[in-house]
Amino acid sequence: MERPAIKTHNLTKRFGDFTAAKDLSFEVAKGEIFGFLGANGAGKTTAMRMLCGLSIPSSGEANVAGFDVYRQTENIKRNIGYMSQKFSLYEDLTITENIEFFGGIYGLSNKEIRDRGSALINELGLEKEKKKLVGSLPLGWKQKIAFSVAVLHDPSIVFLDEPTGGVDPVTRRQFWDLIYDASDRGITVFVTTHYMDEAEYCNRISMMVDGEIKALDSPSELKKKFGVESMDDVFFHLARGAKRSDN
Amino acid sequence: MRTLIFLLKKEFRQIFRNKALLPVIFVMPIIQLLILPLAADYEIKNISIGIVDHDRSTVSRDLINRIVGSGYFRLVDYNASFDQAFKKIESDKADLILEIPTRFSASIGAGDPQKLFLAVNAINGTKANLGAAYLSSIIQQLGSDLILEKQLSSGSAFSSINVVSSNWFNPTMNYAFFMVPGILALLVTMVGAYLCALNIVKEKEIGTIEQINVTPIRKHHFILGKLLPFWIIGIVVFTIGLFVVGYGVYGIVPQGNILVLYACVALYLIALLGLGLLISTYSETQQQAMSVTFFFMMIFLLMSGLFTPIESMPEWSQWIAKSNPVTYFIEVIRMNVLKGSGFSDIKLHVGVMVFFAIFFNSWAILNYRKTS
Repeated sequence: MERPAIKTHNLTKRFGDFTAAKDLSFEVAKGEIFGFLGANGAGKTTAMRMLCGLSIPSSGEANVAGFDVYRQTENIKRNIGYMSQKFSLYEDLTITENIEFFGGIYGLSNKEIRDRGSALINELGLEKEKKKLVGSLPLGWKQKIAFSVAVLHDPSIVFLDEPTGGVDPVTRRQFWDLIYDASDRGITVFVTTHYMDEAEYCNRISMMVDGEIKALDSPSELKKKFGVESMDDVFFHLARGAKRSDN
Repeated sequence: MRTLIFLLKKEFRQIFRNKALLPVIFVMPIIQLLILPLAADYEIKNISIGIVDHDRSTVSRDLINRIVGSGYFRLVDYNASFDQAFKKIESDKADLILEIPTRFSASIGAGDPQKLFLAVNAINGTKANLGAAYLSSIIQQLGSDLILEKQLSSGSAFSSINVVSSNWFNPTMNYAFFMVPGILALLVTMVGAYLCALNIVKEKEIGTIEQINVTPIRKHHFILGKLLPFWIIGIVVFTIGLFVVGYGVYGIVPQGNILVLYACVALYLIALLGLGLLISTYSETQQQAMSVTFFFMMIFLLMSGLFTPIESMPEWSQWIAKSNPVTYFIEVIRMNVLKGSGFSDIKLHVGVMVFFAIFFNSWAILNYRKTS
């Protein structure tokens, strides 16, 4: 069997006496679209930051793209793409300049930057806008560009932290088309989201409640298991008992 | 190396695209250099003087003419009663009152010592002190002239000790010569600490630093990418200030070795950029960074000997001034530009600036974390 893209065992992060993420153990297969669900404050972002090498775990083990999250964070960073909740391109640079910058710091050659850059711009139909400042574009476009830039260097895994927050349904659909394309190219996708319809698009999902994983399976298996019709009901069923949610 | 080039390209694009920042970098320094030396001129003119003349003689009139003719004083009141004149001080219309007693000229003629009464409005201490000093020297001059006249007319031999002073390094006592190099130092300081700190914190505030931290950019590349642009801009601003304004407007020609001068600016900027970087590692928002930097700038600039001589501070505050990097740079720049001091004269200063450069930068680098 192929080595999993992500493998964790009892991964835990504590801030003082607050345990933000507790004993997370899961595997994500290569090329899989893995949804990471949970209410606000459930610990999704904490977990993701540990996997990206932004945050050192308090205990437990994790291996990302074949590298250890304690000792090989720089290797991890070379092999992943990341797009965060906050908009992550430079608003005062043009689309082309952002592509050049992020391509450059991931070590792409000038030719690769040019070729992949123009492919990206064609694919998103931004030929006319490529010289515009990113800050002047609508949010949905920015998110699509940010995602495309995050996978420009062909990472083995891409981490998406609530990538479609605040985006209209049509654009969200287009965004997921981009995710499927990336998955088809063999890129593993690790995505957190609040939208239950998006959960349906994932191969497998995990549900986090109060820092712990309460369920992990494919969307259809989960619905069967809880005897409900939709992912919404699965979410309510699990998150109802949450103490840390802010609603 | 290639990473660094991409980082620098990005920084310069962002700086030159920032329409609010560009004037701050390039126009503000020029305006400051044009305006501040005028405001910080300690030579006091237009001192308002009231004179109460009880004597009304040729000698008292001669004295009044000399006072008004000196160019430092403005006669605002000529009165016969001290009480009347004092009202001018109370209403802040006069800074000084000179009271000339009756029989002033008669007793001078008789060789009696005479007393002139001087009342000083000391609310503005500097103005009052200097005014009193100017006035004393005018009166002394009058006294010695009168004695001379008398000796000449009586035909007796005279001897007097005449002290002549000459002002070295700034022969015309032009205040701009003293202030412009100091203000240049101030500008370099602002560019270094302020802009650098704000720039880095801005990335934190808008969240792009998270994106940078998750890329394989090395810590030292990122830091160099942030410091180098402001290092270059600092040197450019200094050059504009020194040649365009300093030479072009004030006619100041640096007397010292220009390479030594630039080496010191380059070194000093490294220290101050380190301070900016350090502040940025402790701040989460631009507002925090701004407030902290403002605090340091106020202390650094006022305690640096830029406006007031360090020697006249109390001893404990001289220690603050001596542990202030700005002090050393202002001294170096004044010594080089005005006195033409060479490297051997500023060895101590260079040593201190090297220390600060290493101190601030190492602290900042230790405190800058890609991970939490």
